[in-house]
Amino acid sequence: MVRILKSTAVVFLICIWTTVSAAEGTAARAVNDDQVNGLDEQVQDLKNDVLGISTEISRLEEKLLYPANTQVSIFLLVTRGEKFRLDAVKLKIDGKEIANYIYTSKEMEALQNGGVQRIYTGNIRTGEHALEVESFGKSSTNIDYEQNVNYPFTKEAGTKFIEINLAGPGFGNKGVTFRN
Amino acid sequence: MCLPSLSTASADTFSVDEQKLYFGEAYFFASQGNYIDAITRRGMLYGPISAKLDPLHFQFGDSQFSAGDFELSYRMYQRAGRTFKAIAEGNANQLVRNEAAYRLARFYLQNGEPVNALKSIGKITGNVPKSIGEDLIFLRAQIYMANGKFSDAVSSLQELKASDNYKGFASYNLGVALIMSGQEKLGLDQLAITGEMNGADEVTLAIKDKANLALGYRLMDAKQPALARQYLDHVRLDGPFSNRALLGSGWAEVALGRFDSAISSWSALTKRNVSDSSVQESMLAVPYAYAQLNLPGKAAVLYGKALEAFDKESARLDASIKSVNEGKLLPALLSKKLKQDDSWIARIKSLPDAPETRYLLDMMAYKEFHESLKNFSDLQDLSKRLALWDGDLFAFEEIIGLRRKYYESVLPGIDKQFSAQDTKMKTRLQQRRNLDDKYGNRLADAYKRLKLVDNDIELMKKNHDSFINLRQSVTPTYQGHDEQIRQLTKRVRDSREKVNVLINRQGHLLEVMITNELNQRRKRLQENQSQAKLALVENYERAKKQSSAGGVK
Repeated sequence: MVRILKSTAVVFLICIWTTVSAAEGTAARAVNDDQVNGLDEQVQDLKNDVLGISTEISRLEEKLLYPANTQVSIFLLVTRGEKFRLDAVKLKIDGKEIANYIYTSKEMEALQNGGVQRIYTGNIRTGEHALEVESFGKSSTNIDYEQNVNYPFTKEAGTKFIEINLAGPGFGNKGVTFRN
Repeated sequence: MCLPSLSTASADTFSVDEQKLYFGEAYFFASQGNYIDAITRRGMLYGPISAKLDPLHFQFGDSQFSAGDFELSYRMYQRAGRTFKAIAEGNANQLVRNEAAYRLARFYLQNGEPVNALKSIGKITGNVPKSIGEDLIFLRAQIYMANGKFSDAVSSLQELKASDNYKGFASYNLGVALIMSGQEKLGLDQLAITGEMNGADEVTLAIKDKANLALGYRLMDAKQPALARQYLDHVRLDGPFSNRALLGSGWAEVALGRFDSAISSWSALTKRNVSDSSVQESMLAVPYAYAQLNLPGKAAVLYGKALEAFDKESARLDASIKSVNEGKLLPALLSKKLKQDDSWIARIKSLPDAPETRYLLDMMAYKEFHESLKNFSDLQDLSKRLALWDGDLFAFEEIIGLRRKYYESVLPGIDKQFSAQDTKMKTRLQQRRNLDDKYGNRLADAYKRLKLVDNDIELMKKNHDSFINLRQSVTPTYQGHDEQIRQLTKRVRDSREKVNVLINRQGHLLEVMITNELNQRRKRLQENQSQAKLALVENYERAKKQSSAGGVK
């Protein structure tokens, strides 16, 4: 039985000083470290290549599909510190629906932390236009709200950026502000 | 036709407000785990590190660190390291350089380069941003420990004793650093303090458990089982360290000669998942304790039950190894149920019990496996994107072809009309100049006529400029992109080939890692099975002898 005690005794000197599992690397030690690192480097190199392609394709897409003279891009932000839940936003230009977006909780969190959503990019003629913004959600006290605000704007030659800032319910029409 | 040029905004120039929008958009993507789009959007705005944004610009730090942070999150470690190195060695202000050196040091430490981490952190002088003050102290301590400089680590960690953010981590690591620097008593006392910290959040509770576990085993090693037992009893029964704590408690009782108490500790453990090594050991330890209590019959029965459990587990391991070797692991990893959102790795728990995925959660404890699995997932995503872009580039070619066909049919006629209008306008302009020269402002009547001509000319000029603007914007929509699209298509297709090769290799590596681990477990289980068989026979014989001698137990 002493043999069993010795043979089955717990290894008291398990290394527990590291902040990660003591079993770390057991599986990988059986796999060559160079294999793992070499493959990882190749994956990183490929990602590098893909990012280069991604940037070029994005620029090309903008030039071809949304030339500067007709491009309008609409960005959506929420006022930092305002605790409301944005469920959906609908946009219309000159009465025609151009965007209808429903938000996940992750997206809402990203917006509340300062993220900006490019909700629409498209082409319109130069001249006078009307943007209509409908937003739906819940206030900080869990009451449903719906806001509808109109914004006239002029499209001139050159890319048009419109920024929509949502502060949520409780501010009346000032809860939705615009910036060119 | 030669058109006069009008000034147009360059696509590469952005105002500060526009930069903020793009930067915010990059952050929005990154928050969703969409790092390709985040880095792309950021790259479209700022370009390479050394370009565009003035290092003294107030946004320089944020913008450049965002690149490195996104790259780190996307596991592009080499690129992130280069990003931080470039900032640290650049000519940005001291605060930015120090923060870059801090991030670089952290990168080196995470990348298993403690010496480089030490060099990098040694370059930090003067003020650091308040936001990283405590982080820097803790990182410094970690780097010292990784380099074996435990006394230096002790000094750093003592600075964090009053920290709310690092209380638990600093306290635990201080205990370890004290022990490793030769101050055993102080270290054990510190671990004891850690084990009694206030706090009910999961992180604090886990740190307390870890401290009590470490203390218990250290005291066992120092042949103080009674004291060890006290600390091991403080480890939560439903925490991640409970199996090892229960096992250790049992052995502490054995060291004290209290086999019945050891059985109490181990009995709870034997009911848990038999794939765990502590549970397997307890299944042998309980009958061992009964044997020590002179109950060989009971011991024999329990060895038999242990053997049954080991046989079942062995069969499960065999089934898993077979399933992985048959190629069923990778499709399971790609299943839709798993890939519901960015935290899909956390959803492994929700997979139905299948041989190929049964031990996946255990494998996630190994950093190399975890990283390899993430790479595998990233490669799948890259493959889909590249396929999409291949299609997009083909679509762009078609769009350009259609535009070329349309515009080349209508533009000659339009240009001819414009030419006629242009001539008319020039004629009117000349007439106006002639009138002005001839009469000036002397005659009221002539002045009125001049005014009328001016109005006409203004309207014509407006139409003229508007046409030129529009005309100039048309040609670039179908000319000058062919070569770029050709090259991009080639790059995309080359990358698609590479990604397919890497997917196969990464997938194979995952399979090898799992089968290696499962084979090791099977080997350990076989050793346990051998011991159980031997012990079963020995105790059975003892029980028979006891019975013959007149006392069956």
